[in-house]
Amino acid sequence: MSFEQALRCRECGREYPLAPIFSCEYCFGPLEVAYDYDGIRAAVTRDSIERGPTSIWRYEALLPCDPAYKVDIGTGFTPLIKADRLAKAIGLDTLWIKNDTTNPTWSFKDRVVSVAIARARQFGFTAMACASTGNLANSVSAHAAAAGMEAYVFIPQDLEEGKVVGSAVYAPNLVMVDGNYDDVNRLCTELAGSRPWAFVNINVRPFYAEGSRTLAYEVAEQLGWRTPQRVVAPMASGSLFTKIWKGFQELHKVGLIDEPHVRMSGAQAEGCSPIATAYANHTLNFVPQKPNTIARSLAIGNPADGYYALKVMEETEGGAEMASDAEIVEGVKLLAETEGIFAETAGGTTIACLKKLVASGAIGRGEETVAFITGGGLKTIEAVQGKLIEPLRVTPNMAAFEAAVEARGVALAAGAR
Amino acid sequence: MASKHVRFTFNPELVKQPVVYQLGHEFKVVTSIRMAAVDNSVGWVVLELEGEPDEIERSIAWAQAQGVRVDDPTLGDVVEG
Repeated sequence: MSFEQALRCRECGREYPLAPIFSCEYCFGPLEVAYDYDGIRAAVTRDSIERGPTSIWRYEALLPCDPAYKVDIGTGFTPLIKADRLAKAIGLDTLWIKNDTTNPTWSFKDRVVSVAIARARQFGFTAMACASTGNLANSVSAHAAAAGMEAYVFIPQDLEEGKVVGSAVYAPNLVMVDGNYDDVNRLCTELAGSRPWAFVNINVRPFYAEGSRTLAYEVAEQLGWRTPQRVVAPMASGSLFTKIWKGFQELHKVGLIDEPHVRMSGAQAEGCSPIATAYANHTLNFVPQKPNTIARSLAIGNPADGYYALKVMEETEGGAEMASDAEIVEGVKLLAETEGIFAETAGGTTIACLKKLVASGAIGRGEETVAFITGGGLKTIEAVQGKLIEPLRVTPNMAAFEAAVEARGVALAAGAR
Repeated sequence: MASKHVRFTFNPELVKQPVVYQLGHEFKVVTSIRMAAVDNSVGWVVLELEGEPDEIERSIAWAQAQGVRVDDPTLGDVVEG
């Protein structure tokens, strides 16, 4: 059962019926789903959730769609890993990694697309659409395939081959647009207004965005129904960041956890940092940027939820940090080498920013922290290729092996001889 | 008659220019302000533009030529990672 009640403008509070619309007719502010929290409180307990499936659908009472329309390819309830080696390396006492690289298409986008496609089917749509540089395209393509729906997936012309394949394998209508980033934006905005498609982050955006709240639900449950003191999460549109905070607040509202006191810190790449720059300039009004970073999954120069992300930082006494491309690569490597998790560049951004926040004292050593790793590294191998340890090349005999090891300066452990 | 919703973003130099006023004089387009903010680093205004479709598009092109960034007021960039 779903407890969604209406769509409500985040600016002026006007309410609208549940429909595939996304902006307020009066002030053009974004619409957000409003819920019957009293109904949820009466219907849901910790125990009822714990007895649910090991996916986002264990929280179905909190999702804005009828679960009868769900397309479940195994999204969610991803591992929360205690990252002791990484914590020690950067100077924290307690660090957790929320590892969302383990989702069906290897990114957190499966959460938002799961909700969007369920709500789209409930509305009667037969086709899904999106514009993406990778993760979203992969997820929409996979979910539409599993649902037997048409998919229209728009990608820029200069996309890496791995990301093209990661969508094409699911056989969507894959459209490569001969133009730059702004051209793709413009075309897709026009198409969304003229085609009978559920464009996941346009006409069904209010529902789509709600899927990210499941990250907060899972973290709180996995910590034993409590919240951490600090969150570090990547920011692209800013939606994920705001929804994590909303998720913690909702769990308190429905009586599942104590009042959350979580300081929310956002991570961006220097080459696309409209939100982090606005934070540094002490303003809620960000200046749109032209993205130029290897963290392409975070490359949103004009973030729809930038203002709201900045409000969350203000409300929680959190903050923002940014990392250079070189620091992002080091972040990817540090996470892999200490915790065995290969993240894409967004994860590298999160780890690099976490490290800088700890080094600067913005995050205290004793603050229990959760870092959100939102996508798998095999999608962005170009970012680290040529920057990793080279294999030892040897002819197949012991002498050649030992000579090669010695040349690299690695001492063989006595027991291995 | 048609209407279009836009967000104009001004750099600090442009904030002092009466761009919205000039747009209303140069083109047969009615401007209706719905939201706006200005601070030291940026100014923005969310507008409803009413007029003939071609005239609206010409007015937007003119604003861009003045250095104004023009976006959809709600969506931001729709291309995601």
